[in-house]
Amino acid sequence: MHLAYPAVLSVLLFCTGLYGVLARRNAILVLMSVELMLNAVNLNLVAFDVWLSRAAEETLHSGQALTLFTIAIAAAEIGIGLAIVLAVYRNRGTSDIDKLRDTAEGHEPDGPDTDVSDSDASATQAAAEKAEATA
Amino acid sequence: MTPAATAGSLVGTMNLAAESPGFLSPTGVEIAFLLVGLVTFGAAVVTVTTRQLVHAALWLVVALGGLAVEYLLLTAEFIAWVQVLIYVGSVVVLLLFGLMLTRAPIGRSPDADSGNRWVALAVAVAAAAALVWVVVDAFRTTWIDLDGAPAGSTDVTGASLFQHWVLPFEALSVLLLAALVGAIVLSRKAKAAAAGGGTATPPAAPPPTAAPPAGGRTSGPGASGTTDAGRDTEGTR
Amino acid sequence: MTTTTLAVLVPLLPFLGAVAGLLLGRTAPGFVRPLAVLPTLASLVLAAVVAARQGGDRAVDAATELTPTGSVPIELALHIDGFAALTAVLVTVVAGCVQIYSTGYLRDDPRYPSYAALVSLFTSAMLLVVYSGDLMVLLVGWEVMGICSYFLVGHYWETPEARAASLKAFLVTKLGDVPFLIGLFALATEAGSFRITRILGAVANGGIEHPTPIALLLLAGVAGKSAQFPLHTWLPDAMAGPTPVSALIHAATMVAAGVYFIARLLPLFEASQAAMVVLAVMAAATMAGSALAALAQDDIKRVLAYSTIGQLGYMTGALAVADRGAAVFHLLSHGAFKALLFLAAGAIIHAAGTNSLAAMSRMGHLRDRVPDAYWTMTVALLALAAIPPFSGFFSKEAVLGVAEHVVTGHTEHTPAAAGWIVLLAGLLTALLTAAYATRLWLLAFRGHGTEAPDHGRQPLTMTAVLWVLAVPSLALGGFAFRALPDWFDGHDLTPTLTTSVLGTGVALVGGIVTYATWRHTTAHAVRVPLGAVAAHPEGDAGQVEAEAIASHEPAYGDIAYAPDPSDPGRLLLGPLHRHAAAGFHLDAVYTALFVRPVQAGARLVRFLDREVVETYVRGAGTLPRWLGAAVRRAQTGNLQTYVSVLLAGTVVLAVAAVLVATGA
Repeated sequence: MHLAYPAVLSVLLFCTGLYGVLARRNAILVLMSVELMLNAVNLNLVAFDVWLSRAAEETLHSGQALTLFTIAIAAAEIGIGLAIVLAVYRNRGTSDIDKLRDTAEGHEPDGPDTDVSDSDASATQAAAEKAEATA
Repeated sequence: MTPAATAGSLVGTMNLAAESPGFLSPTGVEIAFLLVGLVTFGAAVVTVTTRQLVHAALWLVVALGGLAVEYLLLTAEFIAWVQVLIYVGSVVVLLLFGLMLTRAPIGRSPDADSGNRWVALAVAVAAAAALVWVVVDAFRTTWIDLDGAPAGSTDVTGASLFQHWVLPFEALSVLLLAALVGAIVLSRKAKAAAAGGGTATPPAAPPPTAAPPAGGRTSGPGASGTTDAGRDTEGTR
Repeated sequence: MTTTTLAVLVPLLPFLGAVAGLLLGRTAPGFVRPLAVLPTLASLVLAAVVAARQGGDRAVDAATELTPTGSVPIELALHIDGFAALTAVLVTVVAGCVQIYSTGYLRDDPRYPSYAALVSLFTSAMLLVVYSGDLMVLLVGWEVMGICSYFLVGHYWETPEARAASLKAFLVTKLGDVPFLIGLFALATEAGSFRITRILGAVANGGIEHPTPIALLLLAGVAGKSAQFPLHTWLPDAMAGPTPVSALIHAATMVAAGVYFIARLLPLFEASQAAMVVLAVMAAATMAGSALAALAQDDIKRVLAYSTIGQLGYMTGALAVADRGAAVFHLLSHGAFKALLFLAAGAIIHAAGTNSLAAMSRMGHLRDRVPDAYWTMTVALLALAAIPPFSGFFSKEAVLGVAEHVVTGHTEHTPAAAGWIVLLAGLLTALLTAAYATRLWLLAFRGHGTEAPDHGRQPLTMTAVLWVLAVPSLALGGFAFRALPDWFDGHDLTPTLTTSVLGTGVALVGGIVTYATWRHTTAHAVRVPLGAVAAHPEGDAGQVEAEAIASHEPAYGDIAYAPDPSDPGRLLLGPLHRHAAAGFHLDAVYTALFVRPVQAGARLVRFLDREVVETYVRGAGTLPRWLGAAVRRAQTGNLQTYVSVLLAGTVVLAVAAVLVATGA
């Protein structure tokens, strides 16, 4: 089999996951996209391991071992990630990534944290307008 | 420009067909790989584009399952079953729990994508184009010989894992223990903070004292699958 | 021990006393008084021994160069001639008296340790000036005296008068010190040395090419230090310091340093006729103006301050007619009787609870409360008024006699104009001096009215030194005028008949006229009640004085003036009285000429800084601010934006890396 097939598939899956990470609003969907990216990498590792174990007499099977490790780490990551998302959701009442703008310029650290989206968003917008006005 | 380059490289490969097997005469495995790959890619695209959040998780199952099939086609059997067990069995279930606990809307939600969509699309397409160009250009003549003994049977994988990769394997168990404890602590803290609000319980939280000292042997949110895999490997040996 | 060793010890002992006093002031208060008094008294003994050994013979010279300084060498040098030996004795006598007096005067003052240490340091610096044979070393002592004067004038720094006076004293004397320093450098450059002996040698050989500018520059420093017109305005205000400080620094010693300096370098000044004439005019203006101002002052210490300026004018007058013997003779006798006057005035202020002569003239029997001060002050005032046979008579007649010599053409290289100026101004000042001395005595001791408050007797430390100083005030002149020429240049200091008759005559006239006027005006005193007395009459003398100074302006409307119709000075001066009380408005003139322009300049600079320079700074800040605002808009807080930009950059870099690697 041509190595190009799994390699290209891996690239396409990776970029799909990339798009998901950048475009999705819900944090859990972002986590799913991260899983996609990890799996793309796994496919790559497996394909190259198979190729190398035949062609270059590489007997360590490092690709497959690393794939297993990646899967384990991905499992840990998803556990931690979900815990974080849940904590954020409990504190903020939302799991939308683009509402978590604490690092934005002009963000008020004392602003109402528990109150949900609208006031926060409007406050952020007002702050942005103020920043523009002062600029 | 990049698709053109890819096309050019394909043409170049055709001319070289005399030495290495060409793309125009695919084997049966290749056709199967291509078809499953198309399904996987399609499922992945739907996962990142659908407006129904739960459907996204289900399409993710399809994509991950398709990848497991691809692993089988690449003769990596053990990885394929681990993939099915962990991803399809536990990760997606966890994600669905997560969706439910965060009260994700059932049905179409109009704002599933953020305003960053077009930028994301541009970046993703650019990255895909660059990577495809590079990968194809580099590996267009590389041929994987899939005949003979499978490269990733449980036997082979277990042997390499416990001959060459024992130390990282044990280190990984410590990492998993840390992840376990971390997930519990995060959830408990959130519960204590939200005791007045009374929203939800943490997903899976046995008290930390219940965990035996041997890191990954208990059932944790993320640890179970991997531990099972380890046990399987031991059993095979 | 050799004379040189003794002479080195003389300034060193008070310096060590000052250092020890400053170090132990807080931890061991019991040592402060011995540390203040004993080194000064030891210095007195040593200075006396040095004077006895020197004995008016050839000058003792010793020098050591610590380190080569490149161009003109600076040496630790001693030059002890008759002038230096006798002046050092005077300084140590007065300093010893003042230290003893201060132990009583400031007995309850919490800042006494630092005060005593500064007085010791001052004494040390003055002795350094007196003994030094190197002008740079002399300058060190000169400036240390200046800073000690600043601190001591500001001793009562709680009162605004003391703060303002200390700043004024410092700034005005520094104003003179700048040209003084330039003059010293110019002099050393032309003479090739800072050593006084070599400079005088160069003057004798005609090695100084530009004596006039150098002399004039040095004169500016002397005018500042010795409170000569037009830089004398700091001295009356400096009376806001404690009375012993006034006695030591602002009457007997520091202000005499300028006179002493000219006396040391007199040949240099003689080389310039212009400098001598300027000196004479300066002396005349100082004498006459200050005597008039003294007649109008209400504060007893300001009367004495103006009288000091006038007596210093006599000394510079003697120098202007090129007789340093007469100048230093007057310096010695004046130092004794003026220190006595101030110390007695301190006792009187303590007893009366006020420093205002107008208030004292409304107190009966003040003289019975302070009999020691009464008698000794009478002696000192007679010496001040130059009544024979008190010491002031002989020294002042020496000055007038020399001036008369010059007028009659007995000397060769002194301009006759200088002689005339000094003689006439001296006679006028003698008249006025007798007048204000009589006024002071009458108002202070011959008052009528309510009984003066009785605070008991003054401490023995304060009264004993009055009698000690009364001895030289009474007898120094009569015994010394025959012996002194051996110590000095050899000029005869015996009073001449003409000037004696003239001087004593005008002095008597002044005294009698004042007495008559007083008899005429004193009747008004009862009708106009006046007076403000210190709030804590039982406190120590320093506290009473500080309160008296602080309350003078609120009580009478001016620090130097009281609306008292029974003041004989008012009748004598007529319309001039108001102006004389204000020091002929010289302060106002300075305010208009210097202070206001400087303040306006400061305002202009502030305007330029705030409005013009700031504008450019703000303008320079605008561009970065706009850039910052533009960059700030990228900080949306949206993680996905950040990651998008990061990954886009990564893609671009990766493509670039691949292109470079493949050589495309």
